[in-house]
Amino acid sequence: MSEASEVLRGENITKRFGAVTALDGVTLTLKQGEILGILGDNGAGKSTLIKILTGFHQQSSGQLFVDTQETLFRSVDHARSLGIECVYQDLALANSLSIYHNMFLNREIIYRGPLGLLNNRAMRKRAAECLEEIGVQVPSVDLPVEQLSGGQRQAIAVARAVNSNAKILLLDEPLAAMGAREAGLIIDLILRLKEKGGLSIIMIMHNYAQTLDIADRVMLMQRGRVTYERDTADTSVAELMEIVRREYRDMRAPSP
Amino acid sequence: MSAGAKPAARPRRWPNALGRSSEIRILVVALILSAYFEMANHDFLLTGASLENLSQFIAPVAIIACGEIMLMIGGEIDLSAGMVFAFAPFIMHFANEAGLPAGLALLVGVLAAGLVGLINGAVTVYLRIPSFVTTLGTLFFVNGVTLTISRGTPVSPPGDANFAAFMGSWGYSEIIWAVAIAGVMHILLRHMRWGLHTIAAGANPLGASEAGIQIRHLKLGNFVIAALLAGFTGILEGFRITSIDPLAGGNQMMFLAVAAAVIGGTPLAGGSGTIIGGLIGAAVLGILNDGFTLIGINAFTFNMILGAAILAAMIFNIHAVRLVRKGAR
Repeated sequence: MSEASEVLRGENITKRFGAVTALDGVTLTLKQGEILGILGDNGAGKSTLIKILTGFHQQSSGQLFVDTQETLFRSVDHARSLGIECVYQDLALANSLSIYHNMFLNREIIYRGPLGLLNNRAMRKRAAECLEEIGVQVPSVDLPVEQLSGGQRQAIAVARAVNSNAKILLLDEPLAAMGAREAGLIIDLILRLKEKGGLSIIMIMHNYAQTLDIADRVMLMQRGRVTYERDTADTSVAELMEIVRREYRDMRAPSP
Repeated sequence: MSAGAKPAARPRRWPNALGRSSEIRILVVALILSAYFEMANHDFLLTGASLENLSQFIAPVAIIACGEIMLMIGGEIDLSAGMVFAFAPFIMHFANEAGLPAGLALLVGVLAAGLVGLINGAVTVYLRIPSFVTTLGTLFFVNGVTLTISRGTPVSPPGDANFAAFMGSWGYSEIIWAVAIAGVMHILLRHMRWGLHTIAAGANPLGASEAGIQIRHLKLGNFVIAALLAGFTGILEGFRITSIDPLAGGNQMMFLAVAAAVIGGTPLAGGSGTIIGGLIGAAVLGILNDGFTLIGINAFTFNMILGAAILAAMIFNIHAVRLVRKGAR
């Protein structure tokens, strides 16, 4: 575990939307093969951070480093070409399309030739292989995703990201709105992916206990800043709760 | 994953089984209607004249429906299609008058239609005006342009007899065009990235853009496609009736096309769609129209039946899909 190389680093990342400062000098490092959990309330800047790391937004100031190389993420496609994949909360699945079309969305396999016809057969086969490899079971990859349960849909979205040979996987609230059993399936999937190696993961989370269970390291964000960071082995739910509680007290104190 | 182990649905060999089943449903409706009218009046299908008649009703509706379907999948609509239908043949006429050969003049007419589509798309996509409003504006505007440049009088289509026959004046040429265009549009929708992305963007716009899909380009392109098809249909009809009429097409034509799309299984709310369904939807409208005409029901009654059919199709589609989903869970 010691001294794994860094795969992604952000220095002093700041993002302003007009007068609102969503991120205020965030610094973070993701090491090879680790799972980093990011906790924080709504509006703490977690989603903005994710959207900067995926190239969806560009930071107002600060630098990003991929494999210690300073890099400006120009677009989602650009970040993706660097091996960064994100599973958003809304999963970015198209309900009426089949599982395999969703897994290859905007990365379709096409036949050679001027028309660029979709090679559905190859996509179907590769999708089934990929799902089997990471242990996700579905009745058929031909099913439209609208017929899947929430957990299955999440698994498909994760599989899609993995399928693209991602090196860095960003998960935006992968367990949101999920029952304990479904959440368990996704946690198993995430841990299996980690075990397979080659993948470093950043997870945005709400649930402290789950985060400490899965992640190697945890970061707490409050009002656009990183206020706390520890290896999960060195912290506890109680400690994290105490920090957040303190913030609430601070927020309430100055009121006239 | 044990959640996946429960039989969520019968494993289906073909993709988009749900989409296909709506096509099969509407095909069954078309066949039942044909059988009924054939029994009520033996001249309905099996005489050349009435079959030709039927094909000429279906063809323009089907072609315009193809364009509307591409838009409706993304939750958009082109209300100006019927006016572009009347506009394009006049541009062809004036291009021919100006010295261009008939083939080239036709191309200019179609491109002029595409320009209207580009305006529809640009205003909708970049100025964020709902397409219902944008195309309502261009509907009146284009109609005004057509009436002005034509001075309200019909003209004759250009070119020799062979050209005219190829472009619509031969009895079955228009339906051949319609089937060919529907084939191309079906491939575009189901077998090319453009169509797949159009569906993805319609079903989940935010998700599609997060996946890196350029939704605006798709929408803009689909507005152009819809207008090109509407203009081309107007030209075909001009050749068929051997007269270019400023009052041809119009809103009746546009609404028939939208109705064909809806009856065929493309929801107005977007997210999915089927070209084949639209083609069969147009056939159903044609069968209703011709069938009721032949058994002696007048045009007013036809509109009542058309309205009821659209409502029935929508109610059936929405609730059948809901029930299928419920059963699948």
